[in-house]
Formats: sequence, C-alpha cells, structure tokens
Amino acid sequence: MIDQYIYPEFEVVRNQSRCISCRVCERQCANEVHRYDTDLGVMLSDESKCVNCQRCVSLCPTHALKIVKSDCRLRENANWSDQTIKEIYKQANSGGVLLSSMGNPKPLPVYWDKILINASQVTNPPIDPLREPMETKVFLGKKPDKILRRANGELITQLPPQIELSMPVMFSAMSYGSISYNAHASLARAATELGICYNTGEGGLHEDFYCYGENTIVQVASGRFGVHKNYLEVAAAVEIKMGQGAKPGIGGHLPGAKIVGDVSRTRMIPEGTDAISPAPHHDIYSIEDLRQLVYSLKEATDYKKPVIVKVAAVHNIAAIASGIARSGADIIAIDGFRGGTGAAPTRIRDNVGIPIELALASVDQRLRDEGIRNNVSLVVGGSVRSAADVVKAVALGADAVYVATAALLALGCHLCRTCHSGKCNWGIATQRPDLVKRLNPDIGSQRLVNLMNAWRHEIKELMGGMGINSIESLRGNRLMLRGVGLTAKELEILGISHAGE
Amino acid sequence: MKRVYVNEQWCLGCHLCEYNCAFANSGLTDMVKALKDKPIYPRVHIEQSGDITYAVSCRHCKDPLCVKSCIAGAINKQDGIVKIDKNKCVGCLTCVLVCPYGAVRPGPTGVAQKCELCLENSCGEPACVKGCPNNAIVYEER
Amino acid sequence: MSKYVIIGNGVAAAGCIEGIRSADKESEITVISAEKHPVYSRPLISYYLEGKTTLEKMNYRSLDFYDKNNTELIYATAEKIDAKKGEVTFDGKKTTFDKLCLATGSSPFIPKMNGLENVKSKFTFMTMDDSLALEKALKKDSRVLIIGAGLIGLKCAEGILGRVGSVTVCDLADRVLSSILDSECADVMQKHLESKGIKFLLSDSAESFEKNKAKMKSGETVEFDILVLAVGVRANVQLAKDAGAEVNRGIIIGTKMQTTLENVYAAGDCTEGFDSSAGANRVLAILPNAYMQGYCAGVNMAGGESSITNAIPMNSIGFFGLHCTSAGSYFAKGEGEIYEEKICGGIKRLYIKDDRLTGYIIIGDVTGAGIYTRLIREKTDLSGVNVDELKKDATLAIFLPETRRKMLGGVV
Repeated sequence: MIDQYIYPEFEVVRNQSRCISCRVCERQCANEVHRYDTDLGVMLSDESKCVNCQRCVSLCPTHALKIVKSDCRLRENANWSDQTIKEIYKQANSGGVLLSSMGNPKPLPVYWDKILINASQVTNPPIDPLREPMETKVFLGKKPDKILRRANGELITQLPPQIELSMPVMFSAMSYGSISYNAHASLARAATELGICYNTGEGGLHEDFYCYGENTIVQVASGRFGVHKNYLEVAAAVEIKMGQGAKPGIGGHLPGAKIVGDVSRTRMIPEGTDAISPAPHHDIYSIEDLRQLVYSLKEATDYKKPVIVKVAAVHNIAAIASGIARSGADIIAIDGFRGGTGAAPTRIRDNVGIPIELALASVDQRLRDEGIRNNVSLVVGGSVRSAADVVKAVALGADAVYVATAALLALGCHLCRTCHSGKCNWGIATQRPDLVKRLNPDIGSQRLVNLMNAWRHEIKELMGGMGINSIESLRGNRLMLRGVGLTAKELEILGISHAGE
Repeated sequence: MKRVYVNEQWCLGCHLCEYNCAFANSGLTDMVKALKDKPIYPRVHIEQSGDITYAVSCRHCKDPLCVKSCIAGAINKQDGIVKIDKNKCVGCLTCVLVCPYGAVRPGPTGVAQKCELCLENSCGEPACVKGCPNNAIVYEER
Repeated sequence: MSKYVIIGNGVAAAGCIEGIRSADKESEITVISAEKHPVYSRPLISYYLEGKTTLEKMNYRSLDFYDKNNTELIYATAEKIDAKKGEVTFDGKKTTFDKLCLATGSSPFIPKMNGLENVKSKFTFMTMDDSLALEKALKKDSRVLIIGAGLIGLKCAEGILGRVGSVTVCDLADRVLSSILDSECADVMQKHLESKGIKFLLSDSAESFEKNKAKMKSGETVEFDILVLAVGVRANVQLAKDAGAEVNRGIIIGTKMQTTLENVYAAGDCTEGFDSSAGANRVLAILPNAYMQGYCAGVNMAGGESSITNAIPMNSIGFFGLHCTSAGSYFAKGEGEIYEEKICGGIKRLYIKDDRLTGYIIIGDVTGAGIYTRLIREKTDLSGVNVDELKKDATLAIFLPETRRKMLGGVV
C-alpha cells in the first residue's frame, strides 16, 4: 500500500543571491532538511522533513532563509479544513493515534486577552515603582485563619511549611527525559538565582541538581519514577501530580529509546524500558486516598515541606479543588487546557480540559465560599504568557503562577510542536547528545533570569499603576479587572464586571 | 591578557566562527559580497574528534615559536598579540611548520595568516566570539 | 655592567642581541659584521630574484634595531680571538669582551673541479651580495647550470627560472633535496620542478669545465652562460678553532650554547649542536635554530638561564606554489613503520618507530604540519595519541581530550 501523499506543510525559501553555502543550516538541522549539492554548488532543501523550528533561519549568517507556510491547499471547505483532511490521510496511512506537543494551538478563547487591568487616577494615586518599595514576594502554603495566642498572650508565630518566592512565578513541571539535562540545568540555575522554584516533573532529580534543592519542587506522579528518600528530602516542596492540562485523564509514555544513561538512572528504571505513567494513581480513587498520599509524603518529609496537589483544569474543578483543600494539601496547582507537553495525543490536547482563567476564578470563589481558602495556596498554569497574565491571574485569586512554555521560549524553543520527535534542534526536548549541547546553560539560565526580571519590572509597573504596592494586596482583588467582549455568564464565572461598569 | 579560549563542551561544529572570521577580515561591510562563491580563508577553524568539535585559533603563546622561526622576520609580538606583517611575509610557511597548534595557515595570496584577535579589522572584537551561538568561544582573561 | 661582543651579523646575532636585552638592558653590545648590511633574512635572496620581496623588506629587523638595542654595529672582519684576555682583533683593531658570541655562519663549499678557474660567469648563492651579483648577470636567454640540487640550488633555480632561458641542475646525489627528502618524496618534488621547466642531471656532476662548457661525469656536455655553485656549505669555524675551541664540523656547543672556551658562546650555522630527533650532534643550519640558539646564548651571556635540548632538523620550503615541510629523522624500510599517503598533488610520509614519530615529510597541503613537528620536538609517546587520527590529519584531535582541553583552555 502506498501512503497517501501529503504535500509538505512548509516551504524553505532560500534567497540564493544571499546564500553563501556555508552549510550552517545543513549542520544544524537534525531533520536533515538541508544539504549541499557539490555538483550544483548550491544548497538544496527537502521540505517534507521541515518542522519549522527556525533553527536554520536563526543561525543563517546572511539571513538567506525563511520558512513559509506552503500554499498548496486542498479545495476550500469550511467544514472539512485542510488540516482535518490531512489528519484523516495520516491516520488512514498509519492507523495510529495522532501525536502532538506543546499547548493547544486551536483558536479557542483566551480570556486573559478579554480582561483589562485597572489604573489609579485622582483619588487613589498610582505608585512609582522606581521611587517606592514594591513587594513581589509571596509565600505558598497553608495560612492560619486567625491569630492564635498562647495562654500568656504571646503570639503563636509558627506557620505550616511555606515556600518563599521572590515573585509569584515558578517554572512548572518538565521532566528530565522530556527535556534535556541542559534545559534542566538552565531552569535550576535560573530558579536559584531568581529566588523562585522550578519543578522536576516526573523524571526524578539528577544528582547534579541536588545543590539547587532549595529551589526545587519534586514531583510524585502516577509512575512514581525517581522517587526516593533523598529526592523528597532535598526539595523545597513535594508535588503530587494527578493531572496535566495538556492531557487531562491520560498518563504519560516516555519511549524506551529515550530511557538511556542518566535518564534511566534518574528515573530508577532499567535502560530501554518504556516509562509508562498510568492515567490514574492506582492507589488513589477518592479524596481520602489522596489524603493518605499527602500525609505519607508529609510523614516522609517530617512535616517540613508543603505538599502540592496538581490537577488539570476540568469541568468540576471547583468541587475537585474543594476536596483537595480538605485532603491536607498545602497548595493546589491547577493546569489549564493550553498547557504544554512533550507529547500528547492530538485529540486529547485539543479537546479536553477548560481554560485556566475560568477554572481559577471558580476555584478561588468556591474555596472562599466554603471558608477554606486559607487552607491552601493556589497556583495556576497553562499558558501564562506575560507579566500581564500574571497580574490578571493574581487578581483572579492565584497566589502564584506556573510558567513552562514561556520559559522554554526563553531557552530558544520556537514552538514547532514536534517535541515528540526527540529531535529538538534547540537542545531542549531531546536526549541526543549532539543536540543537547546546543543549549549552553550559561546562556539558558541567563535568558531565563532576564525574562523573569523583565516580568518582575512589569508586574511592579502594573501594580504601581493600580496603586498597589504589594502582590498580597492584589491577590483576589477582582475589582482591579474588567472584561471586554464577554457574555454575562463568562463575567459571572470570572467574578468581574464588564469594562465601563 | 585577554585571549580567545574554546570550550569544546559547547561547540556545535556549526562553523559559523569560520565564516564570521573570514567576513571580519574581508574588509567589506556585506557578508554576502565578502564570502559568496569564494573559498574562505578563516583564521579560526573547526576540528573534529569523533563527536567532539572545537575551534582552533592562535594561542598567542608566551614564547611563540613562529616569531622565532620566521625567516623574513615578519612575525612579532606586540602587546601580547602575535602579528604577521603580510607585506614582509614571503609565504615560506615555516610558521606552519613550527606552530604546535596548527593555528597558522596560508591565506588567499599564499602569505601566512592567523588570528590577531580582530583588533585591526572591521570587527574590533573577536568576530568568532561575538558570533558563536553557544558561547563555545570566549574572549577573556585566564 | 658587562661588555658583549658578537661576531657575525646574521639571524643568530639578532637573536643574541634580543636574548641579551631580555636580561640586561644596559650593558654595551658590539656586533662585528663582515657583511656590510644590517641583519637581513638570508633565505630571502631567492625570493628577491623572483620578485617576491624587495631589498628593503629583506631587513630582518627594523632599521632602528641596533639603536633601539643600544648596540654598536661595526662592519669589519674579525681576525683573532683571545679568550683568556677577552680580546677580539678585527681589521687590526682590538676590542675587549666579557662575553663573546660566535655567530659566524657558514660559507659555500666549492669542491675542486678542473678548469673551474676558466669559468668567467660563476656565482655562489649565500649572501645578499651573491644574489645582487647573480642578478646583474641574468639575461633573458641565459643558460644556467646549477651545481647542487639542495635547498640553495633549487631555491636559486626557482628564483631565476622566470628571468633566464634555461636552468639545468645537477647533483651527485640520486635525488633532489637529498638532505631533507627521502627518495619517494624527492621524486614528487622533482617531477613538479621538471613540469615548471627545470632540467635535472642527477647522480651526475661536472668533472671539468671549459669557459662555457661543463663536462659531466656521465660523459655528457652541458653548455651554459652562468654557473651557480651550490654544492653545500661549511660552518665557519676557523676563528674558533684558532682560539682553541673544540670544533668538529661545527663549533661544539652545549645546551646553553657555550663553547669549550670560557665566556665564549656560539650560535647558528657555525655550530654543531644536539639533534634530539637523531640523538646525535649535527650542524642544524636552519634559520629558526639560528635565532633560537642566538637568543639562548644571549640570555646565558647576560646571566640568565636558558637551554635548548629539543632542537631538531626541520624545513619548510616551497617551489612554484608546491609546499614541502619536513622535520626529524628518517629511517630505512623495515626499521619502523613508514606511513605513506598520496595527497592532492603531493605526498605525505610519516616515520613512526618505538611509539614515537621520528620524522615526517609532507608535500602539498601542509596544513597543521606544526602538530607533527611538535610530536617530534616533544618526543611525544604515541601510545597516548590517536595514531589513526594522526595519520589522517594533523589536528589537535590526535590528543586525548584532557590534553587538548588544556592546550586550548589555558595560557600557553
């Protein structure tokens, strides 16, 4: 059977009058798109292999290259889009589930972009962050409901364990295995320099990174890979991963081919075996079961570390969060449907889950309504793209946000969404040594630090504009937000008024 | 004195340094005009050992053999930088014979050339360092 | 304060001046030069004839070299040394020294040949004056016979080929450049030279001369207009010998360039030093060696510490665009491994014995040759070197990663 031919999605446009045949594109393309033809004396391209990662475009010293969307299209059909038809061809060719990477690219509503931030004018003057102190520090963990005193009147100052963050942003879970050693090193170093946290994901913690433990959140997921005593002890907090925004309801699968060397050792599984994280935790079928795991981990870490429970944003998220808040967890992390992934079935990624903005608003409201908001901190992720998104998330009720896609972009990712191929030309989502070395953590960590420092400045500017000098005063302050182009129902869920109101 | 150092752990073998070098020393302001359809004669070059690649350029030795060996007296060391007087050089390549790093090579006209840290070309700072996408070549004091 | 005298004014002398000044900026230096030129690059005399350099550019150092180094340059011929008294006699005058360096160089060797005195237009090819004299005699249609197919003879041939009618080179040896090339490599170079128009008569030499004719040992007769005698050179040792220094084919020197006479040093082509590649004393009449010996002698004369223990024969020479580098010592077939590879337009031969590279010859692309030279100079044990890589290319890839990282990652 011959596969149905599918015309390449991209075209490599080479400006021959600028190309100096230096072959940098050829050497840098792990997909082997470019090659030098010695007979013709020119560079040629095999566009069928191009994933539009832009590595060649970025490195071409004469800027002779661009990658454009191919305009070879099937007959227009509003119902049967070009992509839909080609996906059917692919499945008819292969019989397989379609795979994708990174976040949901569909044109579903981005509520961040329909929310606008307030600014002070006459009666409540704005604050200039360059002249006045501006606090961006946050503490994550259970907070006491009221002030407690001892019999002699002394204040009880002992708090449950907290994570201290210099700003309300953390790098979210990405496992060593799904991303490279150097990507991990970049995140760990940057988090430490910034005074925030990064997250190991379900890949265990490479021994080289134990030194960054105070800024490391370690994950315990359904596969329990890499979990052992030291792993839990070295961390700032432990996160139980129940679900992931990009693929709610399903587990993970890192193919055996990627379980080599250090990845195998760090995951504590034999080389070459598939690392399959089951969809459920096989010991958790109720909030009570979850509570058991939460307390097992607290017990194992001497009640010194907060325990985070991470779930995907799904339809009953408010009720789920309420349950988690009662399970003993210190922090709830909610991952929206636009969150990224190293590999997910396309249909799941694109059709399962809900937007984080709505999930956050409803969870925060529910926990307040139930009087248990102080039981937990709320961390949200799933495509927080800018300082403005951070400010909006905090105003909607988040204690902090998780960012991953933005962090990867800082490391060089061009969102080509082919992480699952393992041939990341930017040295991020790959274990191939020749590709991994393309990400020098000296550069990577510096770019992450730059990005976060830029965001911190912007957060301060936005807060100052609102006349707020501390992130704590912004949290849940929905009066600072207004919606545009939203329905009454959407505004109701978000708990904000429409612009102009 | 600041010198160019290479960290092979980060070298990608992309060869951009060679092209940046050739361009910087071309005296032209347009890379295409300088390098298109011409052989290049960079003063830094990439070598490969298995999967490892690394850039090699003049080490500006403390006690440079090339300076002592030049039959034309065309190589000298000024302020720590070993320089070749290309007007005096007759292209005998005795410097190639003695350079323990293989860092001296003949240029387009046959006279010897080597890295002079871009201090006198259009670039002003080592072009290989400036253009290295992965900080595999650095210019620093050690 | 000391007084330094240097006899000779070649590259070894320049090295000596710079060596002295590296340790002693004050004391007086006197150079006694038989040639009436500031130090110039002797090997450039053929490049001059070829038009690749000018008399001005042949100056080895800038014209203020002597002034800058507070050195007196005297054009005179040294006649006698009294080491005990610390006296040099030149042109009937005397000067004293605390330390003396002999940098007297070498002279063309002219064997006895019948009828040579009948040849009017005959030249040697050692000095700038030789070159200028030869240049005057060159005519578009001159037939030139060069006796000697060594470095000097062939460089001369290259230099004048474009300015004369024909060039014939004869040599008693069976190959060209017999002092630096083995027969396989010599063959490649000979073919190249022949393709440019040079004629060779090898294993043959002139037996007797008439005015414009040489009768060869083979019986052939060669007619010529200009005769160049480039049979070989002899170290200028007489002065040292007369002063009582130990002399063999050159002035005997130790690793600090000291002669057997106290306070007397020697450097350059006039000396016989230790060839570390062959493990024997040898006259290493090559320019880099002259400079380094001169410098070393200078440092020691000025009370510093310097020694040379790793001198080796080495050469880089090109003819009509084809380059040839060689270094070290060779051995006969069967005594070790001889790796041979035909490379584009040339040949590469590596001599490997007892885990050492003892010598090599490359004709053609000589890129990276210095790395081979280094292995010979440093007597690198090849068991710690990737020999397959070594044969393929002269790159730093031959070294162990740690060694290489050290080389490229630190100050050297």
